[in-house]
Amino acid sequence: MAESNNNKPVILEVNNLKKYFPIKKGFFKRVVGQVRAVDGVSFFINEGETLGLVGESGCGKTTTARCILRAVDPTSGEIRFLKASGETVDIATLPEEDMRHLRSEIQLIFQDPYASLNPRHNIFDIVGEPLFVIQQMTDRGERTERVRELLQLVGLRPEYMQRFPHAFSGGQRQRIVIARALALNPRLIVADEPVSALDVSVQAQVLNLMLDLQRKLNLTYLFVAHDLSVVKHICDRVAVMYVGKLVEMAPTDDLYYEPLHPYTEALMAAVPVADPRIRSAMIELEGDVPSPSNPPSGCYFHPRCQYAIDICAQEAPALTEIKPDHFVSCHRAQELTLTGIGEPGEAYLRSKIGER
Amino acid sequence: MDNDTNPLLSIRNLKTYFEMDEGTAQAVDGISFDVYSGQVVGVVGESGCGKSVTIKSVLQIVQKPGRIVGGEIIWRVQQADGQEKLIDLAQLDAQGKKMRSIRGSEIALIPQEPMAAFSPVHTVGSQIIEAIRLHTAVSKKEAKRIAIERLHEVGMPSPEQRMDAYSWELSGGLRQRAMIAMALSCNPRLLIADEPTTAIDVTTQAQVLNLLRKLQQEHNMSIIFITHDLGVIAQVADYVVVMYLGRIVESGPVDDIFHNPQHPYTMALLESIPTVHSASKEFLPTIEGSIPHPFNRPAGCPFYPRCRSFIPGTCDTQTPSLQPVNEKQSVNCFLHHQTAVEKQN
Repeated sequence: MAESNNNKPVILEVNNLKKYFPIKKGFFKRVVGQVRAVDGVSFFINEGETLGLVGESGCGKTTTARCILRAVDPTSGEIRFLKASGETVDIATLPEEDMRHLRSEIQLIFQDPYASLNPRHNIFDIVGEPLFVIQQMTDRGERTERVRELLQLVGLRPEYMQRFPHAFSGGQRQRIVIARALALNPRLIVADEPVSALDVSVQAQVLNLMLDLQRKLNLTYLFVAHDLSVVKHICDRVAVMYVGKLVEMAPTDDLYYEPLHPYTEALMAAVPVADPRIRSAMIELEGDVPSPSNPPSGCYFHPRCQYAIDICAQEAPALTEIKPDHFVSCHRAQELTLTGIGEPGEAYLRSKIGER
Repeated sequence: MDNDTNPLLSIRNLKTYFEMDEGTAQAVDGISFDVYSGQVVGVVGESGCGKSVTIKSVLQIVQKPGRIVGGEIIWRVQQADGQEKLIDLAQLDAQGKKMRSIRGSEIALIPQEPMAAFSPVHTVGSQIIEAIRLHTAVSKKEAKRIAIERLHEVGMPSPEQRMDAYSWELSGGLRQRAMIAMALSCNPRLLIADEPTTAIDVTTQAQVLNLLRKLQQEHNMSIIFITHDLGVIAQVADYVVVMYLGRIVESGPVDDIFHNPQHPYTMALLESIPTVHSASKEFLPTIEGSIPHPFNRPAGCPFYPRCRSFIPGTCDTQTPSLQPVNEKQSVNCFLHHQTAVEKQN
């Protein structure tokens, strides 16, 4: 799996990652069960690309991201990261001291820019803090210069350096969060729902900024999101999670136009098309997402799957590469013909607007 | 769709302001639109555009210090003798008997967060029964029968058992279904859905939208559907009202709004949103800047600092008004005002 089709090296490889949270009950806090938030997830990211991690709420996508940052300690599995020095380390078992040094190479962009900036620190303090703490840049003048550079990079005016977060709008705050993440020249950025708290007219600005920075700085993104349109727009490859497991991973267009897993098909069918002439395209999925503390037998998706056969309830399918670079975990992946996002009704709409 | 010539609800020049120490926020600033019987009106806009305050004004549940300072909300009521009567909801006492008999019964609300809207200490069933008995004179037993029927109608599996469930025992989709059942319990003529699918996942969203479409046709209700998601609007609405900073910038039939937008904001909004069909890894057209703070609202047209078609000397000094551009669509922009165009030439 470490081999990728293009010649870029694999920067992050996750192997059979598991994170179980114990359920405790009673006076003695007896462990009565496990919430299998992440249950054997494997994927890889090539340097300079964007991997999207999508799924419904509770599917374990945020927990996966947090394991990569070691914000939570994984239960088992490997997280192999290629450092700038060329050395590969396993984040899952790295001692805390080494992890601290590694964190300058892996940075996080949070979901809610209103909650992730300290209201009592000005922008200089917020963006300059990692420089001071990790890079030991004690000279204030030098730090000011670097913060100025960073603010310009994300499209904010350096004069705003002395202002406090409350003076900025949501989009501007997210730019500050991005500037802070970039302060230490990271190579991998984990973005956890970076635009879902923003207004739609501002989302496009932040997405454009992320694309622009990726081209300029050769960044690698792990983009965690639930909005399939945003993910389609920004990702090279997409991985779909369902109840703690990866069900499908493929290059973006393959996944959207020719999905191989019935769950991916259902997700695509549920996206409302922004064109009133294409109505009732929404095919609904029966039932609800099962609880990760009590998942069904076999393939976790089988109770809701319209293609399920006997084997689906008994055996859990493994993630296998069916087509080059297209991984899927479904017993019937070879025989099924599934539909993706289909008619490009909006492409038509967009071209019409473009004519104006 | 029922082709009544008189609208069921008619909002005329509604103004709802929030007067605070820091200044006055003109949350809704002179908007007018109609809702006809059996019609689904979609209200779209970003945060702070006043879409939620508009429907809160209709229901008279605007929180203090907000209050309706002007305009009319004309509601057409059917009286017992078959006659129709017009009532201005804006003039009614918010706590008065008349308003309370309309709110929740003739006009029902599906709130954004079903988790926050249900009481966690009462069962779902008891809350639906309470709503039914508040508005209709039926026995407890009869109310229970109606509640089960409604839960069955919205596709709740085993409704008899779910009557005794608490809201936190239900999943997001089922909770929203229970909320819809409660809103429908008194056969409303107008259903107001305030971002009913924002807090739920995409597969559940499809379930809820299909359900609302089905119920709307079966009951021939009118729906005001509030959302910021243009995909959802395209799927459910007949008529669309686009709002920006407390004003309507454009209104018209859904097909025209999506295929023939006239206001620069509507056009830019449609272009700037990534869709599953847009090309990957390409820069999106954007709307520059961000939504102004309600206290620093620009003079003139509120959109001019971000507008591509800004006419200096006109847009920043005068305020445009909502004027029809063809028989169906109305636009609030100087580009479509004859006088302004002449002045420019």
